[in-house]
Amino acid sequence: MDKQHRYLPTTKQDREEMLATIGISSVKELFSDIPESTRATKEKTIELEDALSEQALIRHMRTLAEVNITTDTHAYFIGAGTYDHYIPSVVNHVLLRSEFMTAYTPYQPEASQGELQALFEFQTMMCELTGMDVANSSLYDGFTSLGEACNLATSVMKRNEVLYSKALHPQAKEVVHTYAYGMEYDVKEVGLEDTQTDLKALKETISNDTAAVIIQYPNFYGTIEDLQAVKELCETTKTLLIVMANPLALAVLESPGKLGADIVVGDTQPLGLSMSFGGPHCGYFAVKKKYMRKVPSRIVGQTTDQDGKRGFVMTLQTREQHIRREKATSNMSSNQALTALASAVFLSTVGKVGLQEMAQLNINHAHYVKNQLKDKGLEVLSSDAFFNEFVVKCSEPIEDVSKKLLQQSIVSGYDVSHYLGTDNALLLCVTEKRTKQEMDTLIDVLIGEGK
Amino acid sequence: MNTTYNDLVFEISKKGRQAFSLPESSIETTDLSDVVPAHLQRETPAELPELSELLVMRHYTALSNKNFGIETGFYPLGSCTMKYNPKINEDIARYSGFANIHPLQPEMTAQGALELMYRLEENLKEVTGMDAISLQPAAGAQGEWSGLLIFKAYHEANGEGDQRRKILVPDSAHGTNPASAVVAGFDVVEIKSNQEGRVSVEALKAAIGPDTAGLMLTNPNTLGLFEVDIVEIAEIVHAAGGLLYYDGANANAILGKSTPGEMGFDVVHLNLHKTFSTPHGGGGPGSGPIGVVDYLTDFMPSPRIEKDGEIFKLTYDHPKSIGRVKGYYGNFGVNVRAYAYIRSMGAAGLQQVSEDAVLHANYLKARLEPYFDTPYKSICKHEFVLSGNSQKKLGVRTADIAKRLLDYGFHSPTVYFPLIVEECLMIEPTETEAKETLDAFADALIEIAKDAEENPDQVTGAPFTKSVRRLDEVKAARKPIVIYQRETDEG
Repeated sequence: MDKQHRYLPTTKQDREEMLATIGISSVKELFSDIPESTRATKEKTIELEDALSEQALIRHMRTLAEVNITTDTHAYFIGAGTYDHYIPSVVNHVLLRSEFMTAYTPYQPEASQGELQALFEFQTMMCELTGMDVANSSLYDGFTSLGEACNLATSVMKRNEVLYSKALHPQAKEVVHTYAYGMEYDVKEVGLEDTQTDLKALKETISNDTAAVIIQYPNFYGTIEDLQAVKELCETTKTLLIVMANPLALAVLESPGKLGADIVVGDTQPLGLSMSFGGPHCGYFAVKKKYMRKVPSRIVGQTTDQDGKRGFVMTLQTREQHIRREKATSNMSSNQALTALASAVFLSTVGKVGLQEMAQLNINHAHYVKNQLKDKGLEVLSSDAFFNEFVVKCSEPIEDVSKKLLQQSIVSGYDVSHYLGTDNALLLCVTEKRTKQEMDTLIDVLIGEGK
Repeated sequence: MNTTYNDLVFEISKKGRQAFSLPESSIETTDLSDVVPAHLQRETPAELPELSELLVMRHYTALSNKNFGIETGFYPLGSCTMKYNPKINEDIARYSGFANIHPLQPEMTAQGALELMYRLEENLKEVTGMDAISLQPAAGAQGEWSGLLIFKAYHEANGEGDQRRKILVPDSAHGTNPASAVVAGFDVVEIKSNQEGRVSVEALKAAIGPDTAGLMLTNPNTLGLFEVDIVEIAEIVHAAGGLLYYDGANANAILGKSTPGEMGFDVVHLNLHKTFSTPHGGGGPGSGPIGVVDYLTDFMPSPRIEKDGEIFKLTYDHPKSIGRVKGYYGNFGVNVRAYAYIRSMGAAGLQQVSEDAVLHANYLKARLEPYFDTPYKSICKHEFVLSGNSQKKLGVRTADIAKRLLDYGFHSPTVYFPLIVEECLMIEPTETEAKETLDAFADALIEIAKDAEENPDQVTGAPFTKSVRRLDEVKAARKPIVIYQRETDEG
């Protein structure tokens, strides 16, 4: 390179001095151990577009960004696992503190107390919401957390089968199948009664070979499942209950822990994380105490320093790959620490009362839209027991509905016709961010009275 | 800087405080009790903090003051590539057109996002010499696991699934390698390194056979040494019917110098949060895309991205795919930053990155060699290992040296890894550090080596300047306290 790059401080003079200290005459010698047949040459080298200045980079990236429709200009009524919620400004300001953002995994706890404490607080918040005893400090996302939960369940139960409800998120099902392909256990689906898990079918399918039953809470179609009834069935075969829960809904719904869940997982995206086209989000993973030593990935624990002062460290590390290698409980190394921090800041800001109020606003908005659509003649496929999502049967294909809504600056819900096996089924989500005007426009278009 | 603050967020909470306001809503209230049975309504609210907005900011600012990041100081953590994380990439990832888009919104309304993913894949193909890329894996370990599931699917497609159950892993490998092999359903066979710190071709020949699914290799390896026999190794693995996996954790050493494709690898993962400058965030999020050679593309995770004329599309019809490994399309926001980085560097810039990274490592090594045991004398790539064995004889362990470095305003190197080096210090300076910083770090380590001889308490008692003294990790594991104890907390 002829020009000094803005990220690279080493000058020509620096290079010469360093080479002299090493005792060689050219940088080329440092690469002489790469076998010649595999070495890049002038003719055989990587080709990329030319480097951009910061200004040119901004121009290019803005061009790509501006093509996309965003929540700035459109009202989103789509959820299906990723939600358009309000994020208080403070969340981003904390994330931008480079002491958090540019740190690595806290391998030297004395230099990482801030992050370790924040993650300890995150774990506590997750246990509060889920009603569980122990939570880890994050996994990649909700679906991979579920995959890890299945690996844990089949391993501790020494059973080779996992059942999930048909009302589990379709992508969660796919991820579970991939985990099962790795660890070689069977996965079966239990059908639905309307938009709720069919308990009779579950009773017929569950057996002493079933390691765990997976229920989403509220489920993919928005319906609030009766975890207690599922737990009772699980007890007959000593099967574990895995719940994948929306943590915002847990502000008002009874905690899965209290209803008997053995493992609770999910994604904290509704708690202060940008949708970001699907990631980075943040998986959470909480268990009853007896499974603490089987939990995947990093857990922060409280301890004291040599002067007796409270401090925090990564703990129970004998579960982990960097100590136990092939005997680890999981292969996870990098997790989602920064997005976990974001959710902790979010929960600290919204607070105990604010979270309940926010959840209530979601209920109010979603039920208002549902009631209006029902009153105006559309068939609602979900029962009334839902949080902020429900399924409605439209009078025309969802693709057409979606186009009409886009003209009104609305991003429609998610087409679930294929999953439910019925035409024109639309999964709608109404969060606290939606205004009455936006809801009324949506309603008008859906009942065919749109402009 | 306030480093004496020691409160938990729960301890500064006071009933009645609010740091958040919701908009007024004219929509009528729906009573949850009208729609769900009583036992599904929450009885006791979650005990979350109640603060004002300033209290929130003070709390987290105080915590950040007790944390060390790259912008705090030199962070030479081996195999972690703690290079500068460009600020502009943070701005870009926050553009509404990247941050505020839903993964399931119609593809035609997210063409810019899909184009970015497509372009990044094309760039990564070039950097790795692979034929196809998937951006889905969330981090390196997930890339490893995905790659090994591809091994599995490939052998099954050839009717050898039941036969090829073993993955060979060198004893110097990252811990994720054997752990990933196990969660992909394989048995692990460890291959001993030779005297020079490289894979022993003899040991490989002895271990490989018709039951081998493949070999995982990091090149340069975790000792910072290039596997000079890589061509022969690839031939041996392929001749035995196995596949070769490239752990890209150390790819910062070879950009524009060679590619895993040229070396004969079949599957590659890259850690975009290492080589491609995205922030580590205190442990994540990362991004661990995988690349494969042409005969393995059918097994890649689904969905994949395709350019059809001027339109970018996600495709889902891949019957031989190992399936989905993560929600949506990977850690998109991380991938945005990595793409911005590649565009900021260009091919010549990336090559300069590797040249400077390798030069810096060799320079530091040359400066430190007279004071520490250096188990491997040959030139290194982007990182190198020292052994604290001589200091250990004086009663100063590598752990002490690491803690003492914190007092000098540096982060410590990776310690006690790789496992095959006693009292190991694994040092990776990266290309973004100035020579003055490297010199200051070398001076500090030399002074610590002298203190180990003359004034060992100064080292074994460290750290003295952090918010806490040495922490009791044994106590933490023996009596685990992993959530805030409201009643019994001693404050």
